[in-house]
Amino acid sequence: MDASVISFYVISAFLLTFGLMAVTAKKIFRSAIWLLLSLVGIASLYFWMDLQFLAAVQIIVYIGGIVVLIIFSIFLTQDSGSALPRAIKSRKIGAALLSVFGFGIIATLLARTAFIETTTPMDVEMKTIGFKMLSLGGDGYALPFELVSILLLAAMIGCIVIAVKNIPGKP
Amino acid sequence: MNSIPLIHFLIVSTALFFIGVYGFFTRRNMITMLMSIELILNSVNINFVAFNKYLHPESNDGLFFSLFIIAIAAAEAAVAIAIIINLYRTHSTIDVEDANEMKL
Repeated sequence: MDASVISFYVISAFLLTFGLMAVTAKKIFRSAIWLLLSLVGIASLYFWMDLQFLAAVQIIVYIGGIVVLIIFSIFLTQDSGSALPRAIKSRKIGAALLSVFGFGIIATLLARTAFIETTTPMDVEMKTIGFKMLSLGGDGYALPFELVSILLLAAMIGCIVIAVKNIPGKP
Repeated sequence: MNSIPLIHFLIVSTALFFIGVYGFFTRRNMITMLMSIELILNSVNINFVAFNKYLHPESNDGLFFSLFIIAIAAAEAAVAIAIIINLYRTHSTIDVEDANEMKL
C-alpha cells in the first residue's frame, strides 16, 4: 500500500464523515461548516485525480461562492445559535431505511458490472480545456458555454427581481 | 495512478448521494435542504469525472459536464436563496411545513 492509495481512502473517509455530519448536525451554522469541509474533501479528491482546473473551480465556486451565500442567508434568516427542531422519528427511520437500501441496491449492481478500465492518461492541460470550451467543431463546447452565460445572466436578474424589497407606495 | 479501481470511486459517490437523500428527507428547513441538494450534485460530479478518467480518457467530456454542472448549481443556489429570503420576509419562517398557502 503506497501513499497515494492511503490518501485516497483518507480523503474519502473525510468527505463522507463531514457530509454525514452536515446532514445530521443540530445547529444550522455548524451544518454549513461541515458542508464546507465536505466540499474541501471533494476538491482534494479532484486534486488526487490530477484534475487541477476542476479542483480550482470547485474551491472557487462551491466553497468561495455557494457556501458563503448559504452562510449569509443563515445570518439573515436564522437564529444561528439555537438548535434546529428535531425531525419526526418515523420520518428519520424511513429516510435512513431508504438510504441504506438504496445504497445496498446500487452497490450490488455496481459490483456485478464489469468495467473495462484503461490506464491512458487524460489530457487535462489548461490549453486543451480552453480551446475545447470555445471550439465550434463537433467536440467543442461553444454552444453550452454561451447558454450558461445566458443562464447566469437570467439567474442574476431573477434573483434581484425576487429578493428586492417592495416599498409600499412606490412603483 | 490506477491503483484504485473505478468501483471505489463509484461507491464513495453513491454513499455521498444517499447521505444527501437522507438529509433531504429528514430536514424541514429550506437552507439545510439546499445543502443536501449540493451534496447530491457533488456526488454526480464525482461520477462524471471518474467515468471520464477510467473509461474514456481520450476525450474529456466528463470534465466539461462537471464544469457546467457546477455553473448551473451556482445559479440554482442563488435563485433558491433569493426565494428563501423572500419567503422569510412574508412568513418570518423558512420551514417547508409553514408555506402551505397554495394547498387546497
